[in-house]
Amino acid sequence: MEAGTPQLVKLEDLHLSGQLSGRKHILSILVENKPGVLARIAGLFSRRGFNIDTLAVGPTDDPTISRVTLTLDGAVHPIDQVTKQLHKLVNVLKIRDMEPEETVAREMAMFKVSAAVENRAEIIQFAEIFRARIVDVARRTMTIEVTGSADKIEAFERMVRPHGLVEMVRTGEIAIARGSD
Amino acid sequence: MRAADALMESLKAEGVEHIFGIPGGANLPTYDALVDAGFRHIQVRHEQGGGHAAEGYAKASGKVGVAFATSGPGATNLVTAIADAMMDSVPTIFVTGQVRTELIGTDGFQEADILGATLPFVKHSFQVTDPRQIPEYVHEAFHVASTGRPGPVLLDIPQDLSRADIDYAPRTEPVDLPGYKPSTDGNIKQIRIAAKALANARRPILYTGGGVINANASEELRALAASDRFPVTSTLMGLGAIPASHEQWLGMLGMHGTFAANYAMDKADLIVAIGARFDDRITGKISEFAPHAKVIHIDIDPAEISKNVGAHIPIVGDAKQVLPKLTHEFGALQTDPSRLDAWWNEIHIWQEEHPLRYEPGKDGEIKPQFMIEAMHRATKGAAIVTSDVGQHQMWAAQYYGFEEPRHWINSGGLGTMGFGLPAAVGAKVACPEEDVVCLAGDGSLIMNCQELATCVAEDIPVKVFLMNNGYMGMVRQWQELFWDRRYSAVEMGASPDWVKLAEAFGATGLRCEDAAELEETMARALEADGPVLLDVRVVQEENCYPMIPPGAAARDMVEAPKAVR
Repeated sequence: MEAGTPQLVKLEDLHLSGQLSGRKHILSILVENKPGVLARIAGLFSRRGFNIDTLAVGPTDDPTISRVTLTLDGAVHPIDQVTKQLHKLVNVLKIRDMEPEETVAREMAMFKVSAAVENRAEIIQFAEIFRARIVDVARRTMTIEVTGSADKIEAFERMVRPHGLVEMVRTGEIAIARGSD
Repeated sequence: MRAADALMESLKAEGVEHIFGIPGGANLPTYDALVDAGFRHIQVRHEQGGGHAAEGYAKASGKVGVAFATSGPGATNLVTAIADAMMDSVPTIFVTGQVRTELIGTDGFQEADILGATLPFVKHSFQVTDPRQIPEYVHEAFHVASTGRPGPVLLDIPQDLSRADIDYAPRTEPVDLPGYKPSTDGNIKQIRIAAKALANARRPILYTGGGVINANASEELRALAASDRFPVTSTLMGLGAIPASHEQWLGMLGMHGTFAANYAMDKADLIVAIGARFDDRITGKISEFAPHAKVIHIDIDPAEISKNVGAHIPIVGDAKQVLPKLTHEFGALQTDPSRLDAWWNEIHIWQEEHPLRYEPGKDGEIKPQFMIEAMHRATKGAAIVTSDVGQHQMWAAQYYGFEEPRHWINSGGLGTMGFGLPAAVGAKVACPEEDVVCLAGDGSLIMNCQELATCVAEDIPVKVFLMNNGYMGMVRQWQELFWDRRYSAVEMGASPDWVKLAEAFGATGLRCEDAAELEETMARALEADGPVLLDVRVVQEENCYPMIPPGAAARDMVEAPKAVR
């Protein structure tokens, strides 16, 4: 069958591309550093019924451009539709849906843990195993800083929670592509 | 130059000739600059009217509509029009005054965060923080409003900044917004695949929308339709792109679409969606929508593709550019000329067995459908018709038979009652040589009837044909059909005497209660000088059919009340 004949495209051979990916996605979004940009992004998510799991905003090496890193659940939201809607915002410059295998993602958390004298050794041991740092010590509590993937932070939380978790603060994930890209 | 004067110069540089608006405290500098600017300013009587007038102007002319309002209530009165313009992709610029910079955030007099309030339904918005931004922002605002998928752009200017002195130089260079680059060409590989799919389809249909009108692509659509005998249907917003008299035209589809159009979608093996967005009023129950069809979706807005209905062949681009390529690619393929015969036989049977129909009125009573037919005859089918929202709007879409694009101006997406009269004001300003008829409902007309004063004061001779049935008719129809006829707040009761109301405004008031006199009375209204309001007393409890009951599939559409229950 030669090129250009209609038989090349049979209707039964046409298929829809996938909708829900079923996994967590990290979107790395470059935006113009202008007032109200975050409100536009947040408003878009709430209006379209998209749920943001984590959100981190910060400067880039270019002072006119900020980076918004957000994570959302691809089992619930069609990521393609989310990125296309985001692209419609004039202040959004670039969106990258980070490939998990080719991405280094990190989050920081601080845990304030009840630390009676008899428990301290164990908590310090956990911190060492997780390569966490003790950043503050008081009579009844210790504050520990953990950096790593969201999984690691959640694992650490499970370890210290039985000792009494007074407060936990998380930054939300940031991510960068591996390699020279 | 004073920044407010630079605003005027910037608007002129974009080709603006007409502005709709109302002054107030925070935009006093703007209105002072307006005195010497040389625009035609139409002083509307309510900011919502100004907003819809700008929309009507844009829809009739294809140019960007511009409306001014002051801060606070002036700005919030624009909100409905801005949302309306977003839903129907109308290129519009809304320039609002804002309180002085030092008052922002203090709940100052007439302060409202209009930028924040309108974020969900602007295409883009700017708040001026430095008066030197004004020329740049105006230039960017026109670019964003009028290119890609058109839409509303808000420009909010604090009062003190528009009084400041700036150096003005016209902005003529092409706009370069790094985050805004609409794709218009259409991927040629995708277009080739689409052409080949069309060549293989046995039951194809072209489903077109407002995007074809916005893209000024009616000729290109007609050429595609003519390249084979493709049946064509369209949404409410797409009427006129194909002439209603065209033999391949199936009528509108959707909730009050024709039987043939909805059945053709239901049975189609290939749907070519062009500038249409698979709104719920089109699809009905989405899980049962067009169960046999593959979808080619052509749209300038990538986010519309596969939003509601998955597209097998997505093509992002401007219909005006994509359609000729598709027609060309299709024409290069060898197709069997008889392959659509069986499909057309099926369609012709639906058309013959299920045409649009209504029981004729008895004893001179005026059926609403008859009113639309009379309107068609009186205007020779050539008027620009604006409408409000409700039964009359659907009957007009069914029975008027639009032959040309930009002749049917209504509020489709947002469904804004009270849209018709101010939109007619805008359309008449844009197209003074054409007959502009506002087909109004009595529930809708009263919502913005203050604009009759605008028509009189500004000498804008629109003709309002009021379909007066004494009800908010569409809501009444739903209460009758789906809520056990428990009528709740739908009778219009003490409506004004519309003839006297028209006269009180200084317009001509006419009334017609006899079908035999209707067309002649309409002709008189059209011939009369100045604005006319013609109060047409129609049968009160007529229902609009056919109808896909809410939540039902297209194939479950009904043509009479018994079937609904």
